[in-house]
Amino acid sequence: MKILYFAWVRERIGLPSEELENRSGTVRDLIEDLRAREERYAAAFADLSALRVAVDQQLTDFDASIEGASEVAFFPPMTGG
Amino acid sequence: MHILVQQAAFDMGAQVNDFTSAQDASGAVVTFTGIVRDLPQGGLQHMLIEHYPGMTEKALTEIAHQARTRWALDDVLVIHRYGMLIPGETIMMVATASAHRKNAFEAADFLMDYLKSRAPFWKKEITSATADWVGAKQADEQALNRW
Repeated sequence: MKILYFAWVRERIGLPSEELENRSGTVRDLIEDLRAREERYAAAFADLSALRVAVDQQLTDFDASIEGASEVAFFPPMTGG
Repeated sequence: MHILVQQAAFDMGAQVNDFTSAQDASGAVVTFTGIVRDLPQGGLQHMLIEHYPGMTEKALTEIAHQARTRWALDDVLVIHRYGMLIPGETIMMVATASAHRKNAFEAADFLMDYLKSRAPFWKKEITSATADWVGAKQADEQALNRW
């Protein structure tokens, strides 16, 4: 499973993307695991209201399942246009 | 329907001419152009636009499809750039073609509201002393409720 980070989430974690073992559960479960890894992850995921998530390139919410997903991306609210 | 996500600059006039001349049933073409604006206090050197390759094209296509479902449109064009831009450069444009102007105006307005908050782009404003990610505005999110 590929995890991608964009904008300040990428900068705070220090990586544009990484490969993790496939897992079940929800986005929220994945975030709990990431937070527990290192301080930079805990800092990036400190305030979920400042974050958005896409599973397989579809915008969704933190309770969405990641079972069978190949990509999960975390980023701040979008500022296109 | 044409969705272009690119680093390169584009010629707004040529794009509008091509888009317009390809329409034979439309009586109205509406265009919007977004330009890199300097900060209120000045000093903006660059605007860096990051995006999510793959999802960006999908999100823009989906937004354009929604517009075509809601309004009687003959065609839609969206061009959005990414990378390092300078003040005054064109960031993006949308064009809508319809038989009558009301559909073309409303659909262009809808496209802009949605692609501001639902297309995966992020802007960073860079001056000689600072580099700050642009925060999403509450008003941009609220604008979606109009539709």
